[in-house]
Amino acid sequence: MTKTDFPPSILSRPTYGVLSPRPGPAHLLIADGAGAGAVLDLLGAADAGMAGGSHLIYLPGPDGTDRTAELAALALAQFHRAPSFAAALPRLRKVLGDAHMGVQIYLAGSEGLIGQAQREVMEAGLPHDAVQTEHRGSWVRRVQCVHCKGITENVATDPFLCSHCGLALFVRDHYSRRIAAFQGVNIDAEDPGSVPPPVEKFR
Amino acid sequence: MSGGAAKIPVRVAEVTEVNALIRRIRFVRRDGGPMPAFSGGAHTVVEMDDHGTRRLNPYSLMGDPADTTGYSISVRRDDAGRGGSLYLHRHVVPGMDMVISHPVNLFALDLRAKKHLMIAGGIGITPFLAQIAQLAALGGRFELHYATRNPALCAYGDELTARYGGRVHLYHDDAGQMITLPALLAGQPLGTHLYVCGPKGMIRWVRSTADSAGWPRAAVHHEEFLAPPPGKAFDVTLAASGKTLTVGTHQSLLEAIEAAGVDAPYLCRGGACGQCETDVLGCDGTIRHNDHWLTEAQKASGQKIMPCVSRFEGRSLVLDR
Ligand code: FES
Repeated sequence: MTKTDFPPSILSRPTYGVLSPRPGPAHLLIADGAGAGAVLDLLGAADAGMAGGSHLIYLPGPDGTDRTAELAALALAQFHRAPSFAAALPRLRKVLGDAHMGVQIYLAGSEGLIGQAQREVMEAGLPHDAVQTEHRGSWVRRVQCVHCKGITENVATDPFLCSHCGLALFVRDHYSRRIAAFQGVNIDAEDPGSVPPPVEKFR
Repeated sequence: MSGGAAKIPVRVAEVTEVNALIRRIRFVRRDGGPMPAFSGGAHTVVEMDDHGTRRLNPYSLMGDPADTTGYSISVRRDDAGRGGSLYLHRHVVPGMDMVISHPVNLFALDLRAKKHLMIAGGIGITPFLAQIAQLAALGGRFELHYATRNPALCAYGDELTARYGGRVHLYHDDAGQMITLPALLAGQPLGTHLYVCGPKGMIRWVRSTADSAGWPRAAVHHEEFLAPPPGKAFDVTLAASGKTLTVGTHQSLLEAIEAAGVDAPYLCRGGACGQCETDVLGCDGTIRHNDHWLTEAQKASGQKIMPCVSRFEGRSLVLDR
């Protein structure tokens, strides 16, 4: 699969590029699901030394894509497979806490993974645009209900029901880097009960 | 003239010779009120009436941002310069009335950083004095590496060392001491931001070393005010005001526009802030772009000029001003 083209939208909506090798003393790669393809392309384009300085954290994608076997075959300095982002988080925080300036960070896969990893990087004090990102695979969204603040993962339809408070939410392109989520706003607040049928917008 | 930031009528409260090249000037408001609050890295534009020549030069505010009783600047005498620093060295005395601008900050600390690594060369120390005072009050983590020619010219080095001890590292060129930059950069924890202020060569060296060490651009901050370079005199037409004027050899385009009574925007007057950006309506010749603001593509397009530092050579230049 190649680079995802997103329809033009408001400035808030994150956009992604294509990972390309950059010189640095160390490389931290975080990917999920189809993001494995971006990792393989990146290492394929890099000179042979990069793999030996790379630490990859990989999780299965929201659609179940799991290319662990192919990634494990790369001779990376460290490869860690985690079942979920929550499970990978302690390791990610430890790695960022021990890292030095100059480390190159690459994020690939679903928007939820990219956004949450980017948030950790920002928490570690790096500018948000100091990481490279490449979207691959699923378009499902991580959405915060602006009413109850609960976050629903892997939202595929618009509108959808908040998994916390049950309100019907319209999925906006308005994105919060700090929360790593799109904003969901009640769609029938003015006219309770008139909820349009959900459309599968994010596959 | 209302082109720049709002003005403050001030009186010179104190003049202190810091060393053979640097003098410190402290300004207080003529009406006795407090100065506007500022943040570390901010500068003020000092207006001078140098025996009929109007000079406006930016200087970093070096005092503690928490102290709004006055502003202090440190001025290095530049004998080969256009005359602003010589004027401040030779003619400014306590009690004199002057006009300075409200503070503008083009070199602010990024307070999201986990650590602030500062590299200063010579008079480039001044913005860091204010930033360090601000960080010390906030409990922020910083480290200063400050290079000067020798101990006698190491302005404020002793005060900094006395107050901040091991966080201050001094280097003297005459003693062959050099900042070991690659090693310094390699050892910085994630989330460090890098700041550099000093001579052109130092800024270039620090930025390119950081770049090749993999530092993100947005974590590397620099401040460099350019003095408007002299050049051949040239004519310029201001389309909106219907005037044609000549820019003198030692005058900047911005100064010539102001001297013609045309109000033009500016903040830094040193090619850094972008405020003076002006559309070029016609150009038969070559624009000498000297700023740090326009992108290479914009410079090549010939459709924009920064009148505070850039010049022109050729037959005719028409600006939308
Ligand atoms: S006044 Fe700042 S760039 Fe010209």
